[in-house]
Amino acid sequence: MSKGLPETRTDAAMSELVPEPRPKPAVPMKPVSINTNLLGYIGIDTIIEQMRKKTMKTGFDFNIMVVGQSGLGKSTLVNTLFKSQVSRKASSWNREEKIPKTVEIKAIGHVIEEGGVKMKLTVIDTPGFGDQINNENCWEPIEKYINEQYEKFLKEEVNIARKKRIPDTRVHCCLYFISPTGHSLRPLDLEFMKHLSKVVNIIPVIAKADTMTLEEKSEFKQRVRKELEVHGIEFYPQKEFDEDLEDKTENDKIRQESMPFAVVGSDKEYQVNGKRVLGRKTPWGIIEVENLHHCEFALLRDFVIRTHLQDLKEVTHNIHYETYRAKRLNDNGGLPPVSVDTEGSHDSNP
Amino acid sequence: MAATDIARQVGEGCRTLPLAGHVGFDSLPDQLVNKSVSQGFCFNIMCVGETGLGKSTLMDTLFNTKFEGEPATHTQPGVQLRSNTYDLQESHVGLKLTIVSTVGFGDQINKEDSYKPIVEFLDAQFEAYLQEELKIRRVLHTYHDSRIHVCLYFIAPTGHSLKSLDLMTMKKLDSKVNIIPIIAKSDAISKSELTKFKIKITSELVSNGVQIYQFPTDDESVAEINGTMNAHLPFAVVGSTEELKIGNKMMRARQYPWGTVQVENEAHCDFVKLREMLLRVNMEDLREQTHSRHYELYRRCKLEEMGFKDTDPDSKPFSLQETYEAKRNEFLGELQKKEEEMRQMFVQRVKEKEAELKEAEKELHEKFDRLKKLHQDEKKKLEDKKKSLDDEVNAFKQRKSAAELLQSQGSQAGGSQTLKRDKEKKNNLWLCTE
Repeated sequence: MSKGLPETRTDAAMSELVPEPRPKPAVPMKPVSINTNLLGYIGIDTIIEQMRKKTMKTGFDFNIMVVGQSGLGKSTLVNTLFKSQVSRKASSWNREEKIPKTVEIKAIGHVIEEGGVKMKLTVIDTPGFGDQINNENCWEPIEKYINEQYEKFLKEEVNIARKKRIPDTRVHCCLYFISPTGHSLRPLDLEFMKHLSKVVNIIPVIAKADTMTLEEKSEFKQRVRKELEVHGIEFYPQKEFDEDLEDKTENDKIRQESMPFAVVGSDKEYQVNGKRVLGRKTPWGIIEVENLHHCEFALLRDFVIRTHLQDLKEVTHNIHYETYRAKRLNDNGGLPPVSVDTEGSHDSNP
Repeated sequence: MAATDIARQVGEGCRTLPLAGHVGFDSLPDQLVNKSVSQGFCFNIMCVGETGLGKSTLMDTLFNTKFEGEPATHTQPGVQLRSNTYDLQESHVGLKLTIVSTVGFGDQINKEDSYKPIVEFLDAQFEAYLQEELKIRRVLHTYHDSRIHVCLYFIAPTGHSLKSLDLMTMKKLDSKVNIIPIIAKSDAISKSELTKFKIKITSELVSNGVQIYQFPTDDESVAEINGTMNAHLPFAVVGSTEELKIGNKMMRARQYPWGTVQVENEAHCDFVKLREMLLRVNMEDLREQTHSRHYELYRRCKLEEMGFKDTDPDSKPFSLQETYEAKRNEFLGELQKKEEEMRQMFVQRVKEKEAELKEAEKELHEKFDRLKKLHQDEKKKLEDKKKSLDDEVNAFKQRKSAAELLQSQGSQAGGSQTLKRDKEKKNNLWLCTE
């Protein structure tokens, strides 16, 4: 049986089980275009307000994963991004505590509110990544976790009695921390990004950027960009998903010039020029986190949170999730997945 | 209910964190809205009502434009649905508006089946969406949603009560679409009669268990206005596309000898209320109700009909895959059986045809033999006749030559002797020939 046959068989089976819809009145292919500016105010644009109100009521979910070797400042950066103690820093563990033998996945959820908008933020940490002597296949637990989240969503979607709002635990964004060696990407970095750029949006980030001077920084970034291109790694924002010219020019600028963002994170405040700023104090000066001359943290924050947050979620839902779903249904012969859990979170009566 | 989704998740082990500064994700609704704006919205309205109640005029008045279409006659044989799609643009918001209107509703003598085409149409839209959702490779985010978001049901302004056709149709439609009942051509009813009519209608709807669309009152900003509007249902509207000069402004109105009915005057009719509710306040809610309530109900019924279940009687999650496999095998089995049957029938038919043909062949052979025999008989007869004829001809020839000979001899010998001899010869000849 050829690959195409299960699909057509399924469609035929479905249409046999479902009675053919009677021919409905033909909707004209080209809708008539009417410019309502000439006709007086109707009020269609109020739908924006209505939609906004509705979404503010239901709230948002956002799941961000941070991946990188230990000591690169992942937790600090996340705390700086969301201006609160989202992750507990691992600097407190000492050598006596065991380094995790395999990569662990820790997901911690918080609810944050700003300006009437409630967001359920989940930070997924991966301690143990790249820390062993032999790091082969250390991305596999991460890939498995991501696919598990897609699987959970798919199962909920396929249910007969669906929940009104399916809880979204899929990873929307993965920040990959690159060590600031100044030379090029490590083989581990390349392998990880190659495998995972197909299932999740990856944003590469150069950690601890205060160890490089400006020239070193720009050279390093160029080299990293080139290497990523040579290996065919598509990081977010992916070129192929640019919808229109406006998006393309905007994203091109980000891709060509700013990414990967060279960031510095800090949750300590210092007094600089009469203002209290987040920064790192060194004998030779204070590095201001939010100062664009010092590091690109502000760019990263604006990019991820203020402009592309919704887009990250949409690319995850419309593209990565759909790819997973299509692959899953195809592998299963066109059938929805088997539900294995016997706990049964449904509210049905026995 | 929706606002506590997050709160419920808080209870599940998430703590609320205070923010130490401005993070910036309060722009998230804007990001979402911008994306939707660039994609455009779609809104589908269905107008159900008898012919001549002013459905097209009301649509024209609502959207300030002249949509296409000629008025329908009363002689339609059955109820049909006419649908048109328009692209409207206001400031930077694009709306794909589809208006579906019933043609010939309530015109037939026997109206028992009048509601059926409407229900089928609604189901067909749900079905199309369901099929798209169940596909393996699907493009839901760019799918043009053709499900009907609101149904405006036009009630004739009799002033007494709802017609039984109206009740029956609304009962059939209330679980499939959001119904907003409207009293059409309400300038035919006086104010006092109108209030009585409205009360009668609402009580009839309630007593028959028809669920019409209630404007949502859970959001504080619109709860008040929606609440008051709910009390004004059904809206009594007047539609008009003619503009008349009243005072010093051009207004849409209907002119009568005894006065003018202004469409946008709240004291004259409820058109402004309808427009507010339909477009300016609740369009999004209508779309959401269609998707989350009516469509989910349809989907659930459809999938259950096909035999899928979430859990079986032992409350163990039923495997969708198993059910599917079972159904599929069943179907394949049926298919095979049908094939077998057809094959058998075919073989039998072939045999019958063969037998028939053989018979025919045999008959033909027999016929051929008979004909041949006949032919031979005929031939023989003819040959006999020919022979006899030949003989006669020969005899005749002989006589002729003999006679000629005699004549020549007699003319040479002369006289009576010839005669005698002639006679003798003749007699001899006759004896010879006989």
